[in-house]
Amino acid sequence: MKIDPLSQARSAGQQLHHFHGGLRLRHNKKISCQTPIEKTPLATRYYVPLLQHSGREADATVSQGQKVLKGEQIGCFEHLGRGCIHAPTSGTVTAIARHPISHPSGADGRCVVIKPDGLDQWKELEPIDDWEQASPAELRQVIGSAGIVGLGGAVFPTGFKVNQASERGIHTLVLNGSECEPYISCDEMLMREQPGSIVLGARILQKAVGASRTIIAIEDQMGVVNAALFRAVEKSGAETIDIVKVTTIYPEGGEKQLIKVLTGLEVPSGGRPTDLGLLCQNVATATAVARAVTEGKPLIERIVTVTGNGVRKPRNLLAQIGTPISNLVDQCGGYASDAARLVLGGPMMGYALSTDSNPVIKAANCILVLSEDDIRPPQPEMPCIRCGECARVCPSILLPQELNRAIRNGLWDDVMELGLADCIECGCCDFVCPSHIPLVDWFRFGKSELHLLDQERVRAEAARQRFEAREARLERLKRERKKRIEDKKLALQENSSKQQKIAAAIERVRSRKSPKP
Amino acid sequence: MSRSFDTGGAPHFPPHSTVSRVMLQVIYALVPAIAAHVWFFGPGILVQIVLACFFALGFEALMLILRKQPLRLFLGDFSAVLTAILFALCIPPLAPWWIALTGMLFAIVVAKHLYGGLGHNTFNPAMVGYVVVLISFPQAMTAWLPPSSIAPAALSWSDALVTIFSGQPPGGLAWDAITEATPLDSIRTSIATGKMISEARQLPVFGDFGGLGWEWIANWYALGGLWLLWRRVISWHVPLAMLGTVIALGGLTYLIDPGSNPAPLQHLFSGAVVVGAFFIATDPVSGCTSTRGRLVFGAGVGLITLVIRRWGGYPDGVAFAVLLMNMAAPLIDHYTRPRIFGK
Repeated sequence: MKIDPLSQARSAGQQLHHFHGGLRLRHNKKISCQTPIEKTPLATRYYVPLLQHSGREADATVSQGQKVLKGEQIGCFEHLGRGCIHAPTSGTVTAIARHPISHPSGADGRCVVIKPDGLDQWKELEPIDDWEQASPAELRQVIGSAGIVGLGGAVFPTGFKVNQASERGIHTLVLNGSECEPYISCDEMLMREQPGSIVLGARILQKAVGASRTIIAIEDQMGVVNAALFRAVEKSGAETIDIVKVTTIYPEGGEKQLIKVLTGLEVPSGGRPTDLGLLCQNVATATAVARAVTEGKPLIERIVTVTGNGVRKPRNLLAQIGTPISNLVDQCGGYASDAARLVLGGPMMGYALSTDSNPVIKAANCILVLSEDDIRPPQPEMPCIRCGECARVCPSILLPQELNRAIRNGLWDDVMELGLADCIECGCCDFVCPSHIPLVDWFRFGKSELHLLDQERVRAEAARQRFEAREARLERLKRERKKRIEDKKLALQENSSKQQKIAAAIERVRSRKSPKP
Repeated sequence: MSRSFDTGGAPHFPPHSTVSRVMLQVIYALVPAIAAHVWFFGPGILVQIVLACFFALGFEALMLILRKQPLRLFLGDFSAVLTAILFALCIPPLAPWWIALTGMLFAIVVAKHLYGGLGHNTFNPAMVGYVVVLISFPQAMTAWLPPSSIAPAALSWSDALVTIFSGQPPGGLAWDAITEATPLDSIRTSIATGKMISEARQLPVFGDFGGLGWEWIANWYALGGLWLLWRRVISWHVPLAMLGTVIALGGLTYLIDPGSNPAPLQHLFSGAVVVGAFFIATDPVSGCTSTRGRLVFGAGVGLITLVIRRWGGYPDGVAFAVLLMNMAAPLIDHYTRPRIFGK
């Protein structure tokens, strides 16, 4: 008997399931969980990138020399809904200039540079007094204007996501607290220290999208988190929030993997969790929502794990967006003598930064400083021996070795058929490859090539349509001219026949008039 | 003060595994069986291994130079050494030295490098080398010794060396005096002459299940193979499918006609079935990569082996079966692609 997928999705979390592949990695989270979250002191300069969300770079809405208050809007973009960027503190805009922006590409981007005035003075805040009385549309509007993006790392604008979700209809909100990458502990510390704010955010989000229940998914290795969340849920009196512990297997915190674990269902290829009536949000995003709604504060700070063997005192910091990373490392006792690599994000999917003058961005869940022993020394790449380990660990059930071959040979039809679009770039294949082939790099390259090909196809299609339209127009003009000439000829002929008729008539009259012989 | 760092691609971890480590582990797993081989058939096998490795590395180096490839990187991956050892384990321990030379020439130069080197060969190099010498030099390739416990004379190290390098049997003996038909040969002959297999099994070369001595070597191969499974160097799909097919089909034919078909355990414990299942058909480069593909591949090798043993022109068919399935591997892979997540 086949179970209806929707009802199976509704019973999410009641029974746990497995997903294909994945890796059991050493956790390395404890080292950064020894001390409570600390606030970072005011920096001397803030570099707030105008691109720190998925989508297009925002336009600056302030100008050089302008004074701004903490939380004031400084940038705005119209892509995937309307989104904004806000000032992390009060001060003066000294420049809008190019600066490193902690982007995966390593490229610089435009930043609003703010010199703090030291007062850290908030703009006038407009919180919703009683969110339970507010309408879902009103809540969604507040979420959209607070500059909130997915804080798990994907930085997808949350306002757009909740609007879409409420249109599609959602039955279950999933709060993702299973941060599966080693070293990163910002969500774990948040759940330990501010469970109440997460539960509040969950209730607000649940109302904003019209879901009937919420699941908070945490890892089975998170110790005291479960109890803390449980107490917070009890205290709030909410009866629609469940806490579910999932097995720690990287990448179980990936949206599609987590949904598979909770429901046994797979989000359709190319689809979204909303197709199953589910909405996934990171736990930190939920606290940002709670703060935006109940305090009126936009997203200008986040918890960042500063950790790794290359930093002296690993810990979690509450840092303003735009703070230079070097400030955070200094606060954690500075670099250890063998610090060798600076990574933004975790060791599996994070990217290496070339300098610590890069700022903290909304996506920065972790600053990982690795020592010489932690990283892969430059390895010679060997040919693929088709051992199939990559396929064994791939959570998307792809064949990375085949994809690698097809991409390198430019067989783009094969690449699409092999499902490159379904690659989540988790890095499992890369991790296990005995030939040290940088598979994920090749897959990113392949994706961008496919994207270019797609654009080219669109352009070619447009050009073809233009050409055909022009041909049709010329043909029409030709036809019209021909018709005009023919009409004229016809008219001329008609004319002549008319004249003949007239002449004949005159002749007749004349002949009638003339006396009969 | 800002500080600069060298960048590098994710994942930011020390290497998990390397090609040379994979190859070395397979070589380690062969050690018990090699020791058993020496125990039952004398030290000839060790000489053959050294010879084959010598020729293999020589040809490998030559081809790397001709192909302008880095020498140290590819000589150090141990793939040529593994090919040489697998080849040496297939040939008679006292085969003349040029058997190893010819075999390695075809294995390394033709089957491996002419197809593009490591990772690009369509066929299993060791099996190509073995099949070439098997077809070309049938006499030298059938000069198998009986296990030392029933051999007329024990062969020393010097006997083995002299025999291999001179091509003459030791101590002025005739080849016929020291060689003996293998168990699989005996079965073939008995079937051809219309005898029952149970009669052939009375010969001293047979042991409890398969050939005397051979069955123990097979046990040690299996042990090494299980270790590789446990270390996750190989997956269980090919060995299980191949051994399962041999047992199932062997059992079926035995039940139908026990007079002219050996018992399934006889099949399993003679010839190259066990070493083939764990060490040869599991070669990733020339085999299938998808899990379902590997099941088909293993089953195919088992099936073809039994067909050749029963109806073919050779007493054992593992090498031919592997090469034939190598040809089919890309096709099998194409039709056994897994369903992509969410599709």
